[in-house]
Amino acid sequence: MTGRLLLAGAAAVLLALALVPAQAATPYVVGAVFDISGPASPLGTPERDTALMIEDMVNRAGGINGHPLKLVIYDNASEETKCVMAVKRLIERDKVLAIVGPSQTGTTLAVVDTVTRAKVPLVSCAAAIPIVDPVKPWVFKTPQSDNYAVAKLIDYFKTCGIKRIAFVNVSNAFGKSGLEQAQKLFPKAGIQIVAKEEFAPTDTDMTTQLTRIRMANPQAVVCWGTNPGPAMLAKNMRQLGMKQPLFMSHGVANRKFIELAGPAANGIIFPAGRLLVMESLSKTDPRYAVLAKYDQAFRARYNRAPDTFGGHAWDALFMVIEAIKKAGPDRAKIRTALEQTKNFVGTAGFFNMSAKDHNGLTKDSFVMVKISKGDWTLLR
Amino acid sequence: MGLWEISLQFFFAGLTVGSIYALVALGFTIIFNASGIVNFAQGEFVMLGALLAVSLATAGVPLALCLVLSVIVVPLIGCLLERLFIRPLAGRPVLTPIIVTIGASIFMHGVAALLWGKDALPLAPLPGPPTIVVGGAVLQGQSLWILGCGLLAMVALRLFFTRTQTGRAMRANAVNRQGALLVGINPGRIVMLSFGLSAGLGALAGVLVAPIITASYGMGTMLGLKGFAAAILGGLGSSPGAIVGGLLLGVLESFAAGFISSGYKDAVAFVILLLVLFLRPAGLFGARKTGGL
Amino acid sequence: MGARRLLSYLAAGAAAALMPLVLRSPYHQSVLTFIAINAIVALGLNLLMGYAGQISLGHAAFHALGAYGSGILTTMLGMDPWLAMACSIAGACLVALVIGVPTLKLSGHYLAIATLGFGMIISIVLEQWAALTGGTSGLRDIPKLQIAGFAFNTDLRFYYLAWGCCLVLMALSANVMDSRKGRALRAIHLSEVAASTCGVDVARLKLQVFVLSAGYAALAGSLYAHYVNFISPERRFGFPFSIEAVVMVVLGGLGNIWGSLLGSGTITALGEFLRRFGDYDVAAFGLILMLAIIFLPQGMSGALARLSLRRKPKGEGVAAPAKAHVRAGKGAPPGEGSHG
Repeated sequence: MTGRLLLAGAAAVLLALALVPAQAATPYVVGAVFDISGPASPLGTPERDTALMIEDMVNRAGGINGHPLKLVIYDNASEETKCVMAVKRLIERDKVLAIVGPSQTGTTLAVVDTVTRAKVPLVSCAAAIPIVDPVKPWVFKTPQSDNYAVAKLIDYFKTCGIKRIAFVNVSNAFGKSGLEQAQKLFPKAGIQIVAKEEFAPTDTDMTTQLTRIRMANPQAVVCWGTNPGPAMLAKNMRQLGMKQPLFMSHGVANRKFIELAGPAANGIIFPAGRLLVMESLSKTDPRYAVLAKYDQAFRARYNRAPDTFGGHAWDALFMVIEAIKKAGPDRAKIRTALEQTKNFVGTAGFFNMSAKDHNGLTKDSFVMVKISKGDWTLLR
Repeated sequence: MGLWEISLQFFFAGLTVGSIYALVALGFTIIFNASGIVNFAQGEFVMLGALLAVSLATAGVPLALCLVLSVIVVPLIGCLLERLFIRPLAGRPVLTPIIVTIGASIFMHGVAALLWGKDALPLAPLPGPPTIVVGGAVLQGQSLWILGCGLLAMVALRLFFTRTQTGRAMRANAVNRQGALLVGINPGRIVMLSFGLSAGLGALAGVLVAPIITASYGMGTMLGLKGFAAAILGGLGSSPGAIVGGLLLGVLESFAAGFISSGYKDAVAFVILLLVLFLRPAGLFGARKTGGL
Repeated sequence: MGARRLLSYLAAGAAAALMPLVLRSPYHQSVLTFIAINAIVALGLNLLMGYAGQISLGHAAFHALGAYGSGILTTMLGMDPWLAMACSIAGACLVALVIGVPTLKLSGHYLAIATLGFGMIISIVLEQWAALTGGTSGLRDIPKLQIAGFAFNTDLRFYYLAWGCCLVLMALSANVMDSRKGRALRAIHLSEVAASTCGVDVARLKLQVFVLSAGYAALAGSLYAHYVNFISPERRFGFPFSIEAVVMVVLGGLGNIWGSLLGSGTITALGEFLRRFGDYDVAAFGLILMLAIIFLPQGMSGALARLSLRRKPKGEGVAAPAKAHVRAGKGAPPGEGSHG
């Protein structure tokens, strides 16, 4: 009895092996390390999902110049030490041509040294400016920088005549980076920050900070952070009966924010990538084509809408793929090709890299979006 | 806004979060009194209560029923924890249960992340006006529920400990374990009961506070640690101490954040903790002779 | 040092030296390096917990003081990295001295709680005092360690440095534990009252071990900073790492020096191994922890010792307090000392 089972099993295995076509060309291995578990999971998970989707898409279309794309994804659990180990593993054991990710600024900065020494190009999905300023030859990033977000807000404030604002940020890297840019750029534009407050990512109640803001009597309140803090702040503002308009950062450019803030979300204005207001773009705009493609493919595979974080991974991975197409499986040549990326249309906008600019985006990569009736509308 | 209104605002915020600390602190106290164990997983009971309520609410269960069901189911988990992981530890050094409860806390953390994901999940507040203005300061409607339910829970506990056989047995066990054994009180059952009771208090705190701060797999950690600090402040082992400690900690934290610095708010609880331990380890209401040679 | 012990350390040294020939990839070398760095923290904590019977749930704070001390002194003041390391370790020891005096008067739970509170305060300060620590953006470009032009700038070189430090410290600790002071320490663990009646200055000795364990953690922190060259107030410098350190010590076996190494290796490797389970890793870690504590009361080294056929000579290895005297019950009867 057992003998026959074994025979049947062996036959099945042989059949399966026979059916799988032998790979004609050697695969191109690209590594990815995302913050999939741990606190940054809301960033890393859509990034991983997007990356897996792209791997399938590219391979179904014939791979990169006929070579299949092999993606090796590691989770760094939002921890820097684990990120260093993951990157080393990608470089040494998996022998990747390039690395996409990580999801956070801290984890990115922790591996700059490793990729520079090993001479492997890295395209990060993290936002803060220090990643690309000062420029590090082997490190790139795809998300828009916060100085552009602040610049968009400044433009908007100028049109409304807002001159006195209160600035409140989450005390993590994202929030503090926003504060830094705000303190640099607002005064230059003649806008005064009359109150400055902070709250911890785990904070549950911001009435204290808001009470102090009320005392300073600003014309508008700007909140810089990622979920769930800003949603709490929006709710608290409503409860305290504060009438000032509330502005936020691109950190709340996701459905989750609207879910958490409920009715308090309506009326909030913030800069965001065009993914949120895709439908308001002209259909002939090249950016629309990319966004629509991403949206369709993501929904088809995962049955839910994609978000900006996943979009950063899309941009990063496709840029790497384009670079490999041009330069072949050579790390240094891929790096050069990445640096020479021109007019690459990503979900965030048009990318134009150079030796001095490893992000490649401009202020124009943001649009002003307003939340009304629980959905996003483009502000012109 | 005058100084009075601002202070009142901070006071209300402090009372609200303080009530939550009080409930968590009571949980610590009950287990400690029954078994001498410090249950580092107490915060996770808060988290489980909140997340369970969210799941029930999403399934369409009316809010009040969510609360009741949550407060019934989580104690079962507490008893299970005691039975499976604490009971085998009889006779081991003091360090062991501490580590085990820490392990339990990590485990529950991980399971919660698997079951509910990592996002923050909203829960609808209990019925009532969303806000009430008192003396120029704004109080959230849910805060009144927290204060009210918290008070009810404390009264219920008091009645339980003074009027029921089981409650009195628990107190006897806490005062003198040997003596309690002699009169036939089963210490094992007492310990399990204490875990169940504390888990229930934690779940109650979770369900009450989730509408304000949203529920997530990580919400229990800081609440647990601060509730713990509150228990120490009030005196580990003293129930009125836990309540007073919790409320006091909440108010002190709120005022410190309001008038000194909001960035260091979390540090306030731990600074108070250290001060209490160094100056008067017994806390406000604890027995004089505790700890130290 | 006894001949047997010397031999075992030489054997370990040889194994460590030859390992990179077997595991050539820098990835493996870096995992092993982290194991060595973690082992140093576990070692110091073991001296405190296993031998002196005290608890610390905030040891990540000393680790952080070492790392940030090195980081700040080298990047902001341009100090020589070795000097900065010495200063950081001294600084951490000083802090341990200052908070040790009131804290070590407490016992059992209270000591655990006080160290926890201290650890939390330090991690919050690291995040908030951005001007000094770089706040959440962290400290970048921490320089590499070097001796007369020979820089420890590859994984292999740092591997040797880390393991060299680790093994030397292990040998030193073993020696100290065998000395008069060490025996006095173990006496304290068994019963503070008994020890003091024998003339042991309990308070002073406890403080000395506390300071020593802080120094170990700080040294490990400095090494970490110069290895990764970037530090920020993340998991490693807060409560989660304090717990990890305690787990390493307990899992390895309280009071067993090789146990610290075993514990560090297991937990570090476990972290890497559980990674493949994606989202299940945290739950798995917690479960493994609980099961290990329940079923391996003497830690892994104790279990291995029991498995070995030869009986260990008295006095070496595990310092196991007489179990009968210690209960997990509430508060010792009045008069009896603490058991940590």
